[in-house]
Amino acid sequence: MGYEFIEGNEGIARGAMKAGCNFYASYPITPASSILHYMNYFVPEAGGLVIQAEDEIASMGFCIGAAMAGRKVMTATSGPGISLYSENIGLAIMGETPMVIVNVQRQGPATGSATKGAEGDIQFTQWVTSGGLPIIALSPATVGEAYLLTYIAFNFAEKYRTPIFIMSNKELGVMQESVDLESINLPPRIDRKRVPPGRKEYLPHFFESLEEVPAIADFGGEYVARFTTSTHDKAAYLTTKPEIIQDMINHYIAKIMHNIDDLTLVKKDFQDGADTLIISYGIISRSAAVAIKATRSNGKKISSLVLQTLFPIPEKEIKSAMKGMRKIIVPEMNMGQYLVEIQRLASPGAEVVGINKMDTTLVSPKEIIEKGGLL
Amino acid sequence: MNEKKYTTYLTEKVGPLPFCPGCGHTTIINALDKALVKLQPEPKDVVIVTDIGCIGLSDRHFDTSGFHGLHGRSITYACGLKLARPELTVIAIKGDGACGIGGTHLLNVARRNIGITLIVANNFNYGMTGGQHSVTTPAEGLTSTTPWGNPEEPMDLCKTAIAAGASWVYRATSFDKDLPDVLASAIEQPGFAMLDILELCAAYYMKRNKFGKKELMALMDKYEYQHGLLVDKPRPEYSTRYREMYEKGKQVLKKKAPIEKQFDNSVKKQTGIIIAGSAGQKIRSTARLFAEGAIYAGLQCAQKDDYPITVQTGHSISEVIISPERIDYTGISSPDYFLLISDEGLKRAKAQIMALSENCDLYVDESIELPATNAKVHRLPFTKISEETSRLSVAFTAYGALLGDTNLFPVDAFSEAIKSDQSRDVADVSLRALYAGVKCTSGLSK
Repeated sequence: MGYEFIEGNEGIARGAMKAGCNFYASYPITPASSILHYMNYFVPEAGGLVIQAEDEIASMGFCIGAAMAGRKVMTATSGPGISLYSENIGLAIMGETPMVIVNVQRQGPATGSATKGAEGDIQFTQWVTSGGLPIIALSPATVGEAYLLTYIAFNFAEKYRTPIFIMSNKELGVMQESVDLESINLPPRIDRKRVPPGRKEYLPHFFESLEEVPAIADFGGEYVARFTTSTHDKAAYLTTKPEIIQDMINHYIAKIMHNIDDLTLVKKDFQDGADTLIISYGIISRSAAVAIKATRSNGKKISSLVLQTLFPIPEKEIKSAMKGMRKIIVPEMNMGQYLVEIQRLASPGAEVVGINKMDTTLVSPKEIIEKGGLL
Repeated sequence: MNEKKYTTYLTEKVGPLPFCPGCGHTTIINALDKALVKLQPEPKDVVIVTDIGCIGLSDRHFDTSGFHGLHGRSITYACGLKLARPELTVIAIKGDGACGIGGTHLLNVARRNIGITLIVANNFNYGMTGGQHSVTTPAEGLTSTTPWGNPEEPMDLCKTAIAAGASWVYRATSFDKDLPDVLASAIEQPGFAMLDILELCAAYYMKRNKFGKKELMALMDKYEYQHGLLVDKPRPEYSTRYREMYEKGKQVLKKKAPIEKQFDNSVKKQTGIIIAGSAGQKIRSTARLFAEGAIYAGLQCAQKDDYPITVQTGHSISEVIISPERIDYTGISSPDYFLLISDEGLKRAKAQIMALSENCDLYVDESIELPATNAKVHRLPFTKISEETSRLSVAFTAYGALLGDTNLFPVDAFSEAIKSDQSRDVADVSLRALYAGVKCTSGLSK
């Protein structure tokens, strides 16, 4: 029991190591670079390997290759790097590759402000690659959550054989805060389901029901393994048969959407009789917490829903929290990217208020109180 | 004579090789099969990695493991597989088109010497997408995108790889009788081995340019494309070298023990403290130790820094929040205390200083000319003190002045943080600077 004073990026690195990460590749980029620095020390100490790739495309390529050879892999970048990851993210989805991708968001578009925070990559992440299939993204608000959610991201990656996104932010990544990591309860560690020995052959995408996650055999293990970027059958051989292609697409969707309850992580702070709700995520959920405290101490009632899982959108939890609410406030460090989801889910009578800015500064509690009409 | 366990590594599972009649790809793939038969690896221990292009159809015709990835990126997947499992035989096969889009991977795998084999099926154009020109299309060559002749000069892939440091490079043609043996030799290299195989595209380049074996040979003469083994300079493979260098030079990142509360404090609410100075004044590390001191006194802390990307010049500003309770909002909209120790700090924070409220105490070096501000100003001889202690420790003096005046938490908590972090010699200087600061404000306000 005691406190460390560490930044969000270290929280992510420590969470990854706790989850058993043994391969890391990335390309330097502010404000994600220090994750590479930490991993450079941590991973070889644990017997693994870190490589600084020649670019973001190679970072992803190294990670996908290593993951399919049995490693637990992670890469980290910022928005500009996610742009370069995009095509390989599609490949990781296609090949059902377990991996963790960290985005320490910064002000964009383009180079934007490299050293300034933003959360402008939310919808970009939802639709990050061609094909438009669901992805899984978690958003930490504190250094402790950066540690916890990165650990959980590895569990999800292993369990669902797909890339998992950690949506951090410069404001969290390079901010140090006092945290007691030891006091954080971690769920049991999950490793990918592997094909038992002695089978005649390995089918890389074998499932009986669409939502079933196929057992994996590592490249270099007991079986001849296959991986392909092309539309394929369960044996990972190219196919052009529409019914097989559709089946595989349905499988990619089902393995995530069927398990949405398992993937949903939210923090609820509901007050009886409240008709106002703040829905927030990431670092801005901390501003919301201050605004809520101030509102309550003024004798007003207000509820809070904080989303740790951004995607798949926890619609059930959001709808249930919005039930009976007259006003829903959504503060974000972007111009309303999650707001559109809330507007879509809100009942017609409810007023949905977005508090949005992208001037590189945090949305403050004062702005939430004033623009949210909480005075 | 020993019976060979494997007489072929090709499979008919997905039908015969799909290439056009007369295409060099068929020759290359059959030669690779013969090379594997010669070497007799277990099929599960071999990965054929391909990407996009006609030659990218080849991995599935082998009974080995196969990995088919994005256009131009086969080298990256091959490297990932090899780095994860160095015992694997990893063979990447790509076309000349992929050497354009993925050129950087070719340079970097050669430079790093990751132990994969790279086979380039080089037929001077893009076959799969309709015969467009590639980085190896000869000048004046006719393609669908250079219908009046190619205005570009071709890239010599072998020379490129050699310039990047490749340890084994061989230029062949698909007409070479010894191609299986050469391929076997490439696969056996422990480091990176590249085999550039010049060949014919029956569908496009041959037809458009009346380009056959004779013309291919003439082209090699024209561009002085040397045939045969061009480089054979073995050096340690990347994974081996990585592990060796780590074992030799390894340093474990200094891990600080978690801090347990040892002191009390007088902080009643979330309190924001900003220090503004210059690069070289150890602003960030001193702010960090101040925060750790606060943790020794049972406080929660958060710190953010602002400095130019050219880290050794200009301003350096750190914001520290200390609080008896969990810190939610991590911005400081209205600082409670402001420490200003250099003109560069002022230059950056001028607007902020002018906006300080009357509730803020501003501790400023006496040499600095301040703009108008509502803050309570305390002019103090930070620089003068640092001339006697150490210029590098001026931030300690400023924090000392803050604690001497406010007693937010005991100075001893700060010195505990210093002593647990710095070597004894350095800590002695820091502590002298700190206590000199405390002395200069003790009893200032009260």
